Amino acid sequence: MMNRETQKKIEEQCFRWLMRLAVLVILAVIVLVLTVVVLKGGRAMSWQMITRVPQGGFYLGGEGGILNAIIGSLYVAGGAVLLAILIGLPLVLGMHVSWTRNTRLVTFLRFLLDTLWGIPSIVYGAFGFALMTFFQWRASLLAAIVTVALLIVPIISRGLDEVLRGVPEGLLEAAHALGATKTEIAYRVFFRQALPGFITAVLLAFGRAIGDTASVLFTAGYTDNLPHALSDPAATLPLAIFFQLSSPIASVQERAYAATLILTGLIVLISLITRISSRRLKENIL
Amino acid sequence: MSATPIIKISNLHVHHGERTLLNRINLEIPRNKITVILGPSGCGKTTLLKSLNRLTDLHKELKLQGKIFIDGEDILQVKEDLTRVRQKMGLLSQRPFPLPMSIYKNVAFGLKINGVKDKALVEETVTRHLREVGLWDEVKDRLHAPAARLSIGQQQRLCLARGLAVGPEIILADEPTSALDPVSSRKIEQKFLELKEHYTVIVVTHILRQAKRLADHVIFMYFGEVIEQGPPEQLFESPRTDILKEYLQVGH
Repeated sequence: MMNRETQKKIEEQCFRWLMRLAVLVILAVIVLVLTVVVLKGGRAMSWQMITRVPQGGFYLGGEGGILNAIIGSLYVAGGAVLLAILIGLPLVLGMHVSWTRNTRLVTFLRFLLDTLWGIPSIVYGAFGFALMTFFQWRASLLAAIVTVALLIVPIISRGLDEVLRGVPEGLLEAAHALGATKTEIAYRVFFRQALPGFITAVLLAFGRAIGDTASVLFTAGYTDNLPHALSDPAATLPLAIFFQLSSPIASVQERAYAATLILTGLIVLISLITRISSRRLKENIL
Repeated sequence: MSATPIIKISNLHVHHGERTLLNRINLEIPRNKITVILGPSGCGKTTLLKSLNRLTDLHKELKLQGKIFIDGEDILQVKEDLTRVRQKMGLLSQRPFPLPMSIYKNVAFGLKINGVKDKALVEETVTRHLREVGLWDEVKDRLHAPAARLSIGQQQRLCLARGLAVGPEIILADEPTSALDPVSSRKIEQKFLELKEHYTVIVVTHILRQAKRLADHVIFMYFGEVIEQGPPEQLFESPRTDILKEYLQVGH
């Protein structure tokens, strides 16, 4: 029989290797995805990809770029984030300021948001489509913004909710004890303490919004033009990838990878901004 | 008691739903002395302290009855200007909670919310109070660094300076050294002994030795009631109740 000492050592070794393996798998996935995107996308990447809309015969390998999809995506994601903040912020402030005594309601809202978070985006897409037909809208920027906003409301709300839950009670008491009014506390203390977390939640939601395909599939429409009004249809990057990748023409398929490169670049940029901004803002908080 | 007491509590009850947290509290707190509220954990010391500056209002389920006179005014009757009542007192809590801003702005916060705009005056006040708590030499080169970067003992002294900058008469301290190392604790205690010349200091503690080091006046509490109060010699040398006798023997 093995003595306990050796047994412990083997156990320790096994777990150490398991952890190393897990790290390796994650690294491999990231490196592989980025390599494929950069290698394949880099080939089709050109200045005109990001500065021009599709020209005649673009989908057969002709001239042009995917500026329409880049701008469309930024509009959809930006609009959706704004709308989601408009819905999410009052909701969460209500949960933390007005309804604090009604723990049942707050718990229920939290459960509701978690459930909404888990619903697949194609369901939101279908819901947005139903909404669209009910109001007799066309597939448009507005329809896409509303649909994507619904998709990310739970992300922003729960993100902010967790941040506010982390604000220590003692900090609020300290501010009250100094004789600050509720408004002064809300803006100068509460909001400041919560700001880095809030920004993280918003950028997380932005990342999700710009990358989601299923929710905009039926709602955004697709066009080669830049959208000029909320009622115009809009192209988005995920759909640009989807359509070009479905093409049988090799050069068009290649451009799909250029679009993936752009989308990935945007997401990486957002992650970096999140990191840097929250690190600088976090300096002051406990 | 020689001079008129600064605080007089008569028949204070605090309820939390069905539970009684404080029962029939009657006491007086002398001006410009250190009053120590002593008792085991959970006996209502903190609740009593928070009643004094109406922090109990933050917990809507707490119901207060009775009278608390501070400078002759029953502060439980104050409806509007709670700010004024609270600014009579500086609070130190069990753990320091610096505001999410720089060291300088933490101390200046009280002045700012009182509408003090004069920069020279703000600077003079901040400097004076940082000196008063013995923090000036440690932070004078990094006044605009985040307060959260200070050590916990320094943070607690910063919170004291922040409270003093509002211009209070009373300092409320709720187990102010419980999160601190012995050296930092001694510094805080030393400050209290200096500050009592100008302020009334009320310290909540469950540490008997700390009470003996600091107290000019002692209030012993047990399960939401005041059991004994008086000068330290009387309470520590010749306790009248069995509860206090036992507490003094066990030592905490």
